[in-house]
Amino acid sequence: MTLHTHIRTILGTFAILLAVIVATPAAAQQPTTVNPTASSVNEEKLLRELNQISGRCTLPNQTACLIEQPAGRDWREFHQVTLRWIAAISIVGVLALLVIFYLSRGMVKIESGRSGRTVTRFNGYERFVHWMTATCFIILALSGLNITFGKALLLPIMSPEAFTAISQWGKYFHNYLSFPFTIGTVMIFLMWIGGNIPNKTDVEWVKRGGGIVGKDHPPAYRFNGGQKMIYWIVVLGGAAVAVSGYILMFPFYGTTVSGVQLAQIVHGIVAALFIAAMLGHIYIGTIGMEGAFEAMGSGEVDVNWAKEHHKLWLEEEMGKGSSRAKAQPAE
Amino acid sequence: MARMKFLCDADRCIECNACVTACKNEHEVPWGINRRRVVTINDGQPGERSVSMACMHCTDAPCAAVCPVNCFFTTADGVVLHSKDLCIGCGYCFYACPFGAPQYPRVGNFGSRGKMDKCTFCAGGPDPANTQANFVQYGTNRLAEGKLPLCAEMCSTKSLLAGDGDIIAKIYKERVAKRGYGSGAWGWKTAYRETIAG
Repeated sequence: MTLHTHIRTILGTFAILLAVIVATPAAAQQPTTVNPTASSVNEEKLLRELNQISGRCTLPNQTACLIEQPAGRDWREFHQVTLRWIAAISIVGVLALLVIFYLSRGMVKIESGRSGRTVTRFNGYERFVHWMTATCFIILALSGLNITFGKALLLPIMSPEAFTAISQWGKYFHNYLSFPFTIGTVMIFLMWIGGNIPNKTDVEWVKRGGGIVGKDHPPAYRFNGGQKMIYWIVVLGGAAVAVSGYILMFPFYGTTVSGVQLAQIVHGIVAALFIAAMLGHIYIGTIGMEGAFEAMGSGEVDVNWAKEHHKLWLEEEMGKGSSRAKAQPAE
Repeated sequence: MARMKFLCDADRCIECNACVTACKNEHEVPWGINRRRVVTINDGQPGERSVSMACMHCTDAPCAAVCPVNCFFTTADGVVLHSKDLCIGCGYCFYACPFGAPQYPRVGNFGSRGKMDKCTFCAGGPDPANTQANFVQYGTNRLAEGKLPLCAEMCSTKSLLAGDGDIIAKIYKERVAKRGYGSGAWGWKTAYRETIAG
């Protein structure tokens, strides 16, 4: 035998040995019974990874391919417990504060009394936009609160059929009035943005307690610090409830169940705080301050009222030569 | 009293969709609404499984908890039903349901939600009578006739089991013991807060 064949024999032996060594563990692993679930998808593992399970389904409604989402439990907890506390504390809390404030301070009077002369504060267009938005807001707020608190407060005192009728109409109003409300919010944003950019007068106004705490009358232009706050609450809060609301209203377009859950959480929290803030706004515009309602009522405010609450604005108006009563609308 | 439950043995489901078809036909469920559907997870990959899913008739049902008009109720058999006369179509039960069971016909405002429709465990609606009016709203009431849900009755591989929870759990456990494997009862932990060892 040549050296060449020796080497071939030795290499061949090694190759066979190697093949046997490699093959042995594989053969030993071959189970006696087949367990197909060992390699199959596992419910618990899938839930741990994504907290939801979805796959392929043959339905036109592809959102139905999601078969399990335990996150619904968290949303239930939010809707049944968290949101109710947030809404109850903020709304009842603000109401309680207003009652205490009214009892201790009473109506803020026009200190120097009425002058009998008036100046135009809001023109017809501004008042129309305000009242359109305000009317929608009140109905939206009540029908919204009914969804969260109705079954606890109203259902016990009426038949289920009557409560359903109320809630069904509430839903229709809530859906339809969202449109004029959204339009009103956009119009408010556009027509009053000019007077509502925060500046250093507001810092001074806040420092001096806004005239709410104590009897001070810090100077203000057309909108004081508090009104600017209300303005931005309406604009930003209105935008948040509108966007989240339309997501809920058109559930078949581009949102998943996680998306609508989040939208409802935003809608609920923002709406509750919005209502609480508006209670303060309604208070100061009605029984909280003498002469304030006229601004949105007839649009004409007493000059002395303007002097005390919007001194810088009144000076502007005077400067325009509009010192005569009912001269011309304020911008 | 029995506690009615569904159990889908994913190791047996062959995604034939007979349960879906049976349900649609039995109750004449409108187009676009699926009270039951079959979903394949990891489709086309090793270890894929198909699961037939509908309302699981949960213990302490989330849909009933969040409903703003309290239109849900649980029967003595543990079946979760709702009244379409009281439903306002708000969609909240769908947000809370872990199994995506509530469905809405697009007949409401702006083509959004009408009154919710879901699996009734073939137990009809609030009124147990098999009248035409009840049929149109909820489908047939097979339970009242002593029959079990048609989806499970029709299942060609007996993957889908419907009936008293204890009995179907026992059947499944025997199956798992005999064949030596099982991927567990899908959805049971979420729906009933219990599992069956696979």
